[in-house]
Amino acid sequence: MHLTREEQDILNGEHGAAAAKSMEILLAVGKIFGAEKLVPVTSAQISGVSYKTVGDAGLEFLENFAKDGRVKIPSYLNPCGMDIEEWREIGFPKDFAKKQMKIIKAYQKMGVETTCTCAPYLINILPKRGEHIAWSESSAVIFANSALGAKTNRESGISALAAAIVGKTPYFGYHLDENRVAGLVVNVRAKLEDISDFGALGIYAGAIAKQRVVAFDGIETVTVDEVKALGAALAASGAVALFFIKGITDEWKTAGKPEKIEFGGRELKETKESLNSSKDAELVAIGCPHCSLEEIKEIAEKVRGKKLKRKLWVCTARKIKTKADKLGLTRIIEGAGGRVVSDTCMVVSPLEEMGFKRTAVNSGKAAHYLPSFCKQKVLFGSLKDILE
Amino acid sequence: MKINGRVISKGRAEGEALVSNEAISFLGEVDTKTGVVTNPKHQLFKKSIAGKILVFPRGRGSTVGSYAMYQLKKNGNAPKAIVNEEAEVIVAVGAIISEIPMVDKLERKGFRLIKNGSKVVVDGNKGVVEVLK
Repeated sequence: MHLTREEQDILNGEHGAAAAKSMEILLAVGKIFGAEKLVPVTSAQISGVSYKTVGDAGLEFLENFAKDGRVKIPSYLNPCGMDIEEWREIGFPKDFAKKQMKIIKAYQKMGVETTCTCAPYLINILPKRGEHIAWSESSAVIFANSALGAKTNRESGISALAAAIVGKTPYFGYHLDENRVAGLVVNVRAKLEDISDFGALGIYAGAIAKQRVVAFDGIETVTVDEVKALGAALAASGAVALFFIKGITDEWKTAGKPEKIEFGGRELKETKESLNSSKDAELVAIGCPHCSLEEIKEIAEKVRGKKLKRKLWVCTARKIKTKADKLGLTRIIEGAGGRVVSDTCMVVSPLEEMGFKRTAVNSGKAAHYLPSFCKQKVLFGSLKDILE
Repeated sequence: MKINGRVISKGRAEGEALVSNEAISFLGEVDTKTGVVTNPKHQLFKKSIAGKILVFPRGRGSTVGSYAMYQLKKNGNAPKAIVNEEAEVIVAVGAIISEIPMVDKLERKGFRLIKNGSKVVVDGNKGVVEVLK
């Protein structure tokens, strides 16, 4: 790999130990994927924040790295394992909270903004078309590539942190236009009426696509929240980092002879059934990826004046919760017995330690991960279904 | 016998080779408190990787595996060095953050020349593996 004079200096330790380690990491990743050089990136989004996922090893590493590691570019955190302000009230274990706060502090010390969201694009973090970035949360990666036209690989939490400290990332994969080509075309015949339908489409197509770019034909209109749900599911059941929707995304390029599949009513029904492992639930959890203000409004409308028999978590970014507070939406949801939970989500929080066994979701991604990550039985359905 | 390879993680170490023909996941397959391989289906089941020159084709599994390697190192149970046929990101990054010397892509199928129990020097600064006997 070609290194500039400055990059060589960083590698040799002239900018500190964490910077040298970061450069070593970027070089190794670049070599493995055949990159010729590093490319400057304008932002980093860093996963590996929940104590539940990184554990004591992650905490020790981060505290050690934070001794002299400082980010060079705007850098944002993925959700952690709890609501940073209201963890006691919601019932997060105290020992967990203590370790979690140490992780947050280590990132803060390095200069990372503690946004704690998987959907930074909903709080005005919007890289422009063609901008090179280093993001790691898989649903944010696929949204940035597909909906915003920015360029990022699926970084790991550590490589995104290394990119944040150096301000660069290896130039390969989705940074190059030649790789932004679909190998799988999905002809969508099913009628997609709800977020959960888009999630099911993503789960189905992602499992077939594996690492390929996916192109959807036959989707006429979409909302931001539907694109968010579709991408998150694609990136969970497959390692997909980019998709196109004909007539909607600016980018659309397919390989010479792409594989072609259909997604009809039967596939939709069967996928939704396959994601269901429970008929009831103790907890309804919405916001994987994090809820937009529009979704919170919709939930508030549906629960206004009711008394819910299941617990309800509406997971979102703290900045969006502040808006929901001002609009009186949080009060409506709390009035029905629910909570607007910030900084975390059902997948990275210790649900199983908090006594939950069955969780209802409208997110394809959450339905995919909850059985293995949180030992939950899942009730998967539309927003209307799970709130009733 | 000196074999040229590619630098993945800096540092130099000498020790006894422990060879596996199978990929390894450091998360869930190796006990970080003892360095012993815990997966009954793995070729190295019940063997300790602690203090060895660990030779295996490549890593696999979740990215949190990099942190598990860091934990092994902190607990004093990490391998002294790693030689891979062809590195992937999880083990490569794990080796770097844990300061375990690592070399891959040895010339002339050199990977196959390292036998279990051989005395080996891994030079992660130059990307050279030397098999002493």
